[in-house]
Amino acid sequence: MANATIRKPRPKYLSLHALLFEIRLPLPGWVSILHRISGLLLFVAVLWLLFLLDRSLASEAGFASVRAYAGLAPVKVALLVLVWAYCHHFCAGIRFLFLDLDKGGDLVTARLTSGLVLAVSLALTAWLGWKLW
Amino acid sequence: MEAVVERIVTGAHYGLRDWLAQRITAAVMAVYTVILLVVLLGGAPITYPVWKDLFAQGWMRVATLLFAASLAWHAWVGMRDILMDYVKPAGARLTAEVAVLLAIAAYLGWTVQILWR
Repeated sequence: MANATIRKPRPKYLSLHALLFEIRLPLPGWVSILHRISGLLLFVAVLWLLFLLDRSLASEAGFASVRAYAGLAPVKVALLVLVWAYCHHFCAGIRFLFLDLDKGGDLVTARLTSGLVLAVSLALTAWLGWKLW
Repeated sequence: MEAVVERIVTGAHYGLRDWLAQRITAAVMAVYTVILLVVLLGGAPITYPVWKDLFAQGWMRVATLLFAASLAWHAWVGMRDILMDYVKPAGARLTAEVAVLLAIAAYLGWTVQILWR
């Protein structure tokens, strides 16, 4: 046959290997799954953040202890991850609102705004991190 | 013959309400976030008296409560979406949904306690 091509084995089932190394998400796909992951992360983190808010408002000593705690390197990293999660969830959410209104759904715009969301959230995270410490 | 409607015991309602609620609560939280950032970054350095006075003001308590209520509803819709996508057995999903709801209720109670202590 003239149009014979190499046949790939089908059907192909999802495996961890496929998920990690073979399926390459397009940029809007990354924004979408990161929106979900950041949302889940923030929901779980509310417990910790409420604890910190509680301590910091309870007394002068509590405030000081939270401040010292937030200065520890691993805590800083965790807080920065949460700041990023908030920024990403925020920016991606605004993008999804525009998509709801049928704006920015064409390929070129969708790719552009996805890149923008990823870049702006990282920039915001860096800026807020710099402001906080 | 009677029409058989297969109702699924766990998961979504059958309408627009949650979809819309997720977007409206998102807008409320976005407004609060911007206000808080302006207050925190625009004012004096955050010391304990500044921090305490900020949350002692009536408008701040009410605004924070509105934020928390929005977060509760928003997070419920989001978590339920995640559970509907990844947890298929009805029993496991129902258990997880109940756990999420209980966590949200506890978060809300704690928030009220922190704000009006």
